[in-house]
Amino acid sequence: MSILKRIVAPATLAVLVGSTSIVSAATEINWWHAMGGTNGERVNKIADDFNKSQSDYKVVPTFKGNYTETMTSAIAAFRAKKQPHIVQVFEVGTATMMAAKGAVYPVEQLMKDAGERFDTNDFLPAVISYYQTPKGELLSMPFNSSTPVLWYNKDAFKKAGIAKVPATWGEMKDASDKLRGAGYKCGFSFGYQSWVMAENFSAWHNIPMGTEENGFAGLNTKFSFDNAAVKKHWNNLANWTKDGTFKYGGRRGDSLPLFISQECGMWMNSSAYYGSIKSQAKFEFGQSMLPYYKDVVAKPQNSIIGGATLWVLKGQKSDDYKGVAKFMTHLSSPEVQAWWHQGTGYVPITKAAYELSKSQGFYKTSPGTDTAIKQLSLNTPTPSSRGIRFGNFVQIRDVINEEMEAIWSGEKTADVGLADAVKRGDTLLRKFEKANN
Amino acid sequence: MLKRVHFGPSALPYLLVLPQILVTVIFFMWPASQALYQSLLVEDPFGLSSKFVWFENFEDLFADPLYWGSFQRTFFFSFLVASLSMGSALLLAVMADRVVKGSGLYRTLLIWPYAVAPAAAGALWFFMFNPTLGILPYILQFMGYDWNHKVNGNEAMALVIFAAAWKQIAYNFLFFLAGLHSIPKSLIEAAAIDGAGPARRFVSIVFPLLSPTTFFLLVINVVYAFFETFGIVDAITSGGPANSTQILVYKVYNDGFVGLDLGGSAAQSVILMGIVIGLTVIQFKFVEKKVSYND
Repeated sequence: MSILKRIVAPATLAVLVGSTSIVSAATEINWWHAMGGTNGERVNKIADDFNKSQSDYKVVPTFKGNYTETMTSAIAAFRAKKQPHIVQVFEVGTATMMAAKGAVYPVEQLMKDAGERFDTNDFLPAVISYYQTPKGELLSMPFNSSTPVLWYNKDAFKKAGIAKVPATWGEMKDASDKLRGAGYKCGFSFGYQSWVMAENFSAWHNIPMGTEENGFAGLNTKFSFDNAAVKKHWNNLANWTKDGTFKYGGRRGDSLPLFISQECGMWMNSSAYYGSIKSQAKFEFGQSMLPYYKDVVAKPQNSIIGGATLWVLKGQKSDDYKGVAKFMTHLSSPEVQAWWHQGTGYVPITKAAYELSKSQGFYKTSPGTDTAIKQLSLNTPTPSSRGIRFGNFVQIRDVINEEMEAIWSGEKTADVGLADAVKRGDTLLRKFEKANN
Repeated sequence: MLKRVHFGPSALPYLLVLPQILVTVIFFMWPASQALYQSLLVEDPFGLSSKFVWFENFEDLFADPLYWGSFQRTFFFSFLVASLSMGSALLLAVMADRVVKGSGLYRTLLIWPYAVAPAAAGALWFFMFNPTLGILPYILQFMGYDWNHKVNGNEAMALVIFAAAWKQIAYNFLFFLAGLHSIPKSLIEAAAIDGAGPARRFVSIVFPLLSPTTFFLLVINVVYAFFETFGIVDAITSGGPANSTQILVYKVYNDGFVGLDLGGSAAQSVILMGIVIGLTVIQFKFVEKKVSYND
């Protein structure tokens, strides 16, 4: 018995210690993200593949709820000094993150410090221009980027006798009339309305949304989207709610069922709905570029992105950041990006991933899936179309949403709602300026 | 001469209340004081820079017509939720009280909704009334009514009121039923012998005798409508459309956790704290003294 104890116990102990030391040898890297459902599984696969490819680091992805919840929990964690290494933050949170200089480890700096190859020229300009500092430094790693496109029901178009996919708002109205004539309840609907009908509408027509280069040049920016073009457009939309040309179906993607159930023949929202529409629609569908007003611009400019980037937070052991950098390299590799792009409808963030998708014949087998990327890079971005950078924009987007809803319900006229949105937005901009000066 | 009993000084009573005091200090006083302090600051979300601004956050709030709008909406909402849920609960309790056979089953079924979590209740109503997928808008359409609470603020408000009231009926039902049981049968029988019908007996005897229960429930329901309906509002409308269902407690969440305006959100919660204190005082003043049926 005593011999057994003497020999077996230390051996078991050694095995135990040995096994734990193997586990702890891999440094854990926490990645908080907001990708639920199928996209969440894809995120797990990206991490798994990285973990299998090497043994020094283990990336642990954690789903933290929607974009807002993820960002808020990361901030709360930072205040409690329990922050993750990497957090996924949506594009409207960019200004807030940028202002938090003491909390953020700029990704370009991180890659340099860790000795990983990194060249901003590898990325699509339309994607990274949204996230660069005025000096051109990239602060966060683009991950999932999309842009709004026009989704349309091909079967409905055939039934209504619409030969050409609408390219202008005049044609949108005509197509909607035909659709309604053919028995459809409404012409079109859209989601993420501030993003689609204010932010992208402005960029697409090359009109600034605010002063100081849409906020890129300074915190003292003021909103200017109460201009004639937006005013005319919102007035049109308000009138169109009356006859069913346009039907409002809620914020974010809440109006998707209107399109899926074939109530509305057209829908404007993120290209990243490709996966959902493909799995749910019982009809032939296509995607096309957003419509524009011929009398505002001769040719549309370029649309801007939405989606999220990965921010690296400060305050971890310096060794960990080597692993973070390695993971970033893996994440932005052409193979991972092409696979991600083709499954989700998000745009490929690097030129190499775009080329790879082309050579794999993806755009031939699934026509229209390159609409988003073509629309984003239609022209070289101008100061009005490279993106927006407004502080407190999470709240401001809510304000714009509220005012738009008040217009659709007829509670306010388009002119009043637009003026109120600008006024309330400016108040929040000033508040942000004050808190960050 | 009064006979006085003296106890020697002892640490024991202090020791015995210590745990309770500690819990109160750690979980109530400390967070509350933090909220008070935070409400005087303008701070960036990460807490990297903060400025002491005295009562500026409060001034901003009171100068904001939207905040007053939210105030009005909350009173309107609470009033309707409380009266609707208490009214239907009273009706059900009076009916259930008269049932002789299978009353246990009825009562159990009526108490069920209380076990449903607010967010789940919200999701339930969300799907029933979803303008595109829901069964009720589908039925309403046959009657020529086009239901869309995503555009129409009044419909959205009606929906959250119904959902919130429905959720609270079970709780009110329990208390009303207990209250009805405590009314002496002899009083009701005496009235019956004097020729009073069921309606008359209810108005002149049952309802007045229920008044302590009613008043207690009124306070509880108002507090419920003010503070515990967050889950329902979040699941059904998220405060929209165009703020039409943004009650005070939802605004605190929205400004603080979505908008990351910590100072403004803290100021709002301080105001809410004031309202709770006020309600508690009212409850102690009146309920503790009993809305009595002796005088």
